[in-house]
Amino acid sequence: MLSFNLLVAVCLVYVGMLFFVAFIAEKRALRGRNRWLRSPWVYTLSLSIYCTGWTFFGAVGYAARSGLEFVTIYLGPTLVMIGWWALLRRLVRIGRTERITSVADLISSRYGKSTLLGVLVTLLAVAGTTPYIALQLQSVTLAFDVFATDQQEGSSTGLLVAVGLAVFTVIFGTRNLDVNERHHGVVIAIAVEAVVKLVALCTVGIFVVWGVAGGLGDAARVIQASPISQWQVQPERWITLTFLSGAALLCLPRMFHVLVVENSEERHLGTASWAFPAYLLLISLFVIPIAVVGLAVMPEDANPDLFVLTVPLAFDREWLAMLSFLGGFSAATSMVIVASIALSTMVSNHIVLPIWLSIKGDGAKLSGDVRNVVLLSRRLSIAGVLALGYFYFRYSGGAALAAMGLIAFVGVAQVLPAMIGGIYWRGATRVGASAGLILGFAIWLYTLFFPSLGVGVIVSAEMFAEGPFGIAALRPQALFGIEGMDPLVHAVFWSLAFNTLAFCLGSVLSFPQPLERLQGATFINIFRYSESARGWGQSGVEAEDLLVMAQRILGPQDAQSLFMQIAREQGKAGYLPDVTPEFLERLERELSGSVGGATAHAMLAQLTGGVTVSVEDLMRVADETQQMLEQQVQLEAKSAELERTARQLREANAKLTQLSIQKDAFLSQISHELRTPMTSIRAFSEILRGTDRIGATERQHYSGIIHDETQRLTRLLDDLLDLSVLENGQVSLNVQPDTLRTVIDRAERAVKSSDIGARLTVQRKHDEEDIALLTDSDRLAQVFINVMSNAAKYCEAEVPQLTVRVGGDTEQRWVDFVDNGAGIPEESQDLIFEKFARLSDQSAAGSAGLGLAICREVMERLGGRIDYLPGQGGAAFRVMLPTIRREVA
Amino acid sequence: MRRDPEPLFLARETYRRRRMMDAARILPFLGVFLFLVPAIWGGAVSTLSGLIYLFIGWAVLIVLSAVIARVLARPGPQGDRVDDEVGG
Repeated sequence: MLSFNLLVAVCLVYVGMLFFVAFIAEKRALRGRNRWLRSPWVYTLSLSIYCTGWTFFGAVGYAARSGLEFVTIYLGPTLVMIGWWALLRRLVRIGRTERITSVADLISSRYGKSTLLGVLVTLLAVAGTTPYIALQLQSVTLAFDVFATDQQEGSSTGLLVAVGLAVFTVIFGTRNLDVNERHHGVVIAIAVEAVVKLVALCTVGIFVVWGVAGGLGDAARVIQASPISQWQVQPERWITLTFLSGAALLCLPRMFHVLVVENSEERHLGTASWAFPAYLLLISLFVIPIAVVGLAVMPEDANPDLFVLTVPLAFDREWLAMLSFLGGFSAATSMVIVASIALSTMVSNHIVLPIWLSIKGDGAKLSGDVRNVVLLSRRLSIAGVLALGYFYFRYSGGAALAAMGLIAFVGVAQVLPAMIGGIYWRGATRVGASAGLILGFAIWLYTLFFPSLGVGVIVSAEMFAEGPFGIAALRPQALFGIEGMDPLVHAVFWSLAFNTLAFCLGSVLSFPQPLERLQGATFINIFRYSESARGWGQSGVEAEDLLVMAQRILGPQDAQSLFMQIAREQGKAGYLPDVTPEFLERLERELSGSVGGATAHAMLAQLTGGVTVSVEDLMRVADETQQMLEQQVQLEAKSAELERTARQLREANAKLTQLSIQKDAFLSQISHELRTPMTSIRAFSEILRGTDRIGATERQHYSGIIHDETQRLTRLLDDLLDLSVLENGQVSLNVQPDTLRTVIDRAERAVKSSDIGARLTVQRKHDEEDIALLTDSDRLAQVFINVMSNAAKYCEAEVPQLTVRVGGDTEQRWVDFVDNGAGIPEESQDLIFEKFARLSDQSAAGSAGLGLAICREVMERLGGRIDYLPGQGGAAFRVMLPTIRREVA
Repeated sequence: MRRDPEPLFLARETYRRRRMMDAARILPFLGVFLFLVPAIWGGAVSTLSGLIYLFIGWAVLIVLSAVIARVLARPGPQGDRVDDEVGG
């Protein structure tokens, strides 16, 4: 058997090593070489303070009593960790952005930096953590007692451990008042302890499976043969415990401290999201084998909570037992250290400092070093918390480890509605949060905590049986007469149900203060705006006063460098920046990292004359946002408008360019058309003038040419003039009654009278043409002449023939002119109605290519149309007649 | 408050990342489902089979979570506001 003294010596060496590791880590951190101190693995290992002495010793005992139910304690945290993206990431971002120092600070900051809520959560945390610390002391004491078989040292072990832990925590936990509230030495020490406890438990497990049972198959047989081979699942306990342990991971002050406050980089959370569940899996992997082997080999009356120690001892593996003891010791001590740091931060920030500030009043800003007050209050708080735990351990009724742990879980889980509601629901208010917390806390005390102290301590036997004052509906373990529930499930159900209900109702029915609303918006939108809007207004405070105060909280060096940096960013030299709202916001955030949000806010408010945030400030912030949004919307509208205008301009420009090209083409065409006859006229008139010996025949011939060309010119100019008049709409129509037949007759006569038209045969059906017209028949005849003479000029047939057909109904009549030529190629059909459009060089015909253009204009003026009619064998034009007035009978 | 206009369609890489974020949000629900199964077993079951079921399910969750965390830990494409969770 190991001597008790040797055990104590090993313990002291181990503790000494932890001190050393913590010391080295602090040193390295001071020199800025903390890269490996702040790796994701250290972060993950530091989370393992979730696995306390309760886990280390108690899980096996739990399994020996209730089989697999113990595993719920690890399944809940696993679910929360693998859901990190939705919940923990948000929590960590809020914690880092807002410099949250504890779970009480989170709740207080969210609900308008409320001191009341800070105090409430702190009290709740103290009440929930004290049994837990007692539990750790108990587990270490029990473990010592295993070795101290016949000696009496065991009784004082608890006290010694408590004192030792207080010393360690005071030294490394309150060494400095860090602006980020991070403790490198402590974190690295608990990471080492995490490794020790994992190695210890796994080694014992491997020894039990392969050393005692004889392999995996044999271990399975031992499980099948054990008293817990059958697992009676209690669904309501299974679900409640899983939920509760998940909630505990978020709400336990020590877990919040390592998860959020000590988190140095957000991405570490990603690694921890799977590495921490893996750690939990490994820790619980051998729990069942150890439990069943313990049940098989140990005497009936052996405490199953200590199987981890007693099984190796029973097989004379003393060093294994020693390792196992160290594992349990590590688990217990690391939990106590972090829990007391977290609690002391809360107590000093939310209880001691507000009281101190209110006692000192305005004097607080003038004298004394706040740092000393804070550090002293923290050290006293640590000692106080540990003393409280010790007394609880000494004077509580020694309930089983697991039961005490679960009672504490339910207590701290009361924070859950306010926490989750606070980071997801903008409408959550301080009134709701306070109501929920108070009600939940009260129900927890009444239904679980007081009864757990034993019958007759606070709750009498009659009260259990008949309820207070004989009201059966208020029996502590059967509220509203619902009996038969497991006491734990009962307490969780009713406390959280009423808590949530009060929280929601209170939030819905109350109206939040401006600061609350600001903080609410900041917390909910934490991923959208990393900079928070606290709405400090302009105030008359001097930068020097602020520096004096900051020095007393942050220390002279940090405060001066902070002020200098801010001044430099403002473009000023020296230590005193302008007191802008931004500066106040930043200063408050820095200060809240040391003394908590509520206290920092209160201290700044004292200096700035108590003006914190008014409705006007809130409106201003909201207005600015709104104005920016409106401006943005206007800008967007304007830019869309501009784009539309630009597109229209581009189109107009393209049209103008096209018109300009057309105009150029028209001008060059017209000059060409004018020049050709001019050239002939000039040439022949020069011949006539300059040559004396010229014959009469020749003279006759030349002047004939000149005459023809002049006529052609005149015709061209007439056409141009005609077209111009038509296009400008200046034409006056001479409307008179007539018949289609007479108009076509006139046209035919006119065409036949010319040389070229004489050879054209016109086929008509006179009876069809007896249609009355009321139109400008001269103009219509002009169109017909043009179409018919075109046929005469361009028809390539041996015997040109033109068929005139009249068609349509009473509403709309048309006349088709179809010749027997080759027709007009399809690609040219669109062109023929354009000015100067000529398909061939048959200029001999004396046409400038204006005829059809004029026809189109004329028809439009008359209210009809002229189109090319494809697919008729030869060239075909359809002249839609203006609407007919009446028909000849 | 008005949300910033977001692109209607995302590049392939960004799209993958968004779906991984979805997977990260869904995973705890898979976990809840897996761990709720014992609650509906009812009556007594063999501890050994319960043990094997729970630990295998647990290990699967850990592996899935590790894969998702790995993908999400990679730096996103330039200018991708992937870390900005939209809505609440």
